[in-house]
This record gives sequence, structure tokens and C-alpha cells, in this order.
Amino acid sequence: MEIKLKVDASGLSCPLPILKASQGMKTVEQGELIEVIATDPGSVKDFAAWATSTGHALVESSAADGKFRFVLRHK
Amino acid sequence: MDETISIVLFSGTDDKLAAAAVLAAGGAALGRPVKIFLQYWGLNAFRVDSIMSDHGLAPEAGMAGKAAVDAAAKAGQAHWADTLRMAKELGEVDIQACSASMDILKLKATDLDPMVDGVEGVAAFFINAGEGQIVFI
Repeated sequence: MEIKLKVDASGLSCPLPILKASQGMKTVEQGELIEVIATDPGSVKDFAAWATSTGHALVESSAADGKFRFVLRHK
Repeated sequence: MDETISIVLFSGTDDKLAAAAVLAAGGAALGRPVKIFLQYWGLNAFRVDSIMSDHGLAPEAGMAGKAAVDAAAKAGQAHWADTLRMAKELGEVDIQACSASMDILKLKATDLDPMVDGVEGVAAFFINAGEGQIVFI
């Protein structure tokens, strides 16, 4: 499925990656996907917790070349 | 469970203000109602004419701590006031000034940054905090 919105949170420290993701999630419709790129190492646990708490699905959480990629589906 | 998180912000140094802003923003991102009660030096830091000024750091920061914080700011770390503004745009973040502190510091509502929603007393603070957790910074 296509990514509806890409959010680049590279270089931003906690809590900005989840803030940017929350802002982005408000602009998409139910079932649509957003992608977030972050460099903050804390974001791996943060996005898992954020998804659990908000009910949005964390479809993918991966790491490569010092960057973390998260794909989330709007609940 | 009451999900409201209430932060009593007493301290007025930039590091403690930033720590409070991170908690508020995280709570807002999780969809939790956040209340911030500004007392004394925390309130004083919200003066509209000096909110972006240098408020110093807690004594334990020392020279090395100051250098680390300055480097983070230079690298583009958001100012605590901007983090709070973002949190307010995003979620339910209510910022109230303690009326007793307003009196001690001789402040009027118009002296405060517009992100401050109002002035209240401690009884209103406790009622609004409900059964949720209260954090003191």
C-alpha cells in the first residue's frame, strides 16, 4: 500500500519525532499509512509505546545506516 | 484510570523548563490531557518579554553541563517554549498560572506569554488534576 505522508524527523531529539508523527497522523484518513524517519535511538521504543497508546498500528519498525524507519497505519 | 498528567512547574532554569516541556509534549502526543501549573520561577520564565531569554541552568549542570546544553541548542534542539507551543497545537495541554505566585511576582495576565491559558488557585488545580498523577519540577 502506498505511503500517504512522509515525515522526516532526522536530527530531532525526543519528543519531537513523536510530536511530528502525531501532527502528520492528523492529516491522513483512517487506514492510510505514514512513514517516519528518525535518528533518535529512543524513537524505537517511543514509537512502539505511542502506537500501543494511541491505537495506530505500527506496521514496520526498521533500522539502517543509523536511521530508523517507522510505518504507521491510522486507526 | 485517570490519564490526566499534571505538572507543577516551579523551577525557572532552561534545563528544568525543557524537561517539563518534554513530559508535556510526550503526554500530548499520547493523547493524554496535560495540565501545567506555573509557580514562582517557572511562572517568571513565562514573561512575554523574556520567555526566549537565557534562564540559566540548574547548579548541578556546571561548566561541562552548560557546554553540552549549548551544543544541543546550536545543533538545532527545539527551545522548550517552542516544544510547548507544538504540544498545545497537537493535544490537550492547559497551562495555568498560580494566582499566589502572580501576586508575589506582581504579574498581570498580560505580562505572560499567550500560551498561558489562565490564572487559577491551588484548589482549582487539584480539582482539575483529578485522580491523575502530579509531577513537581
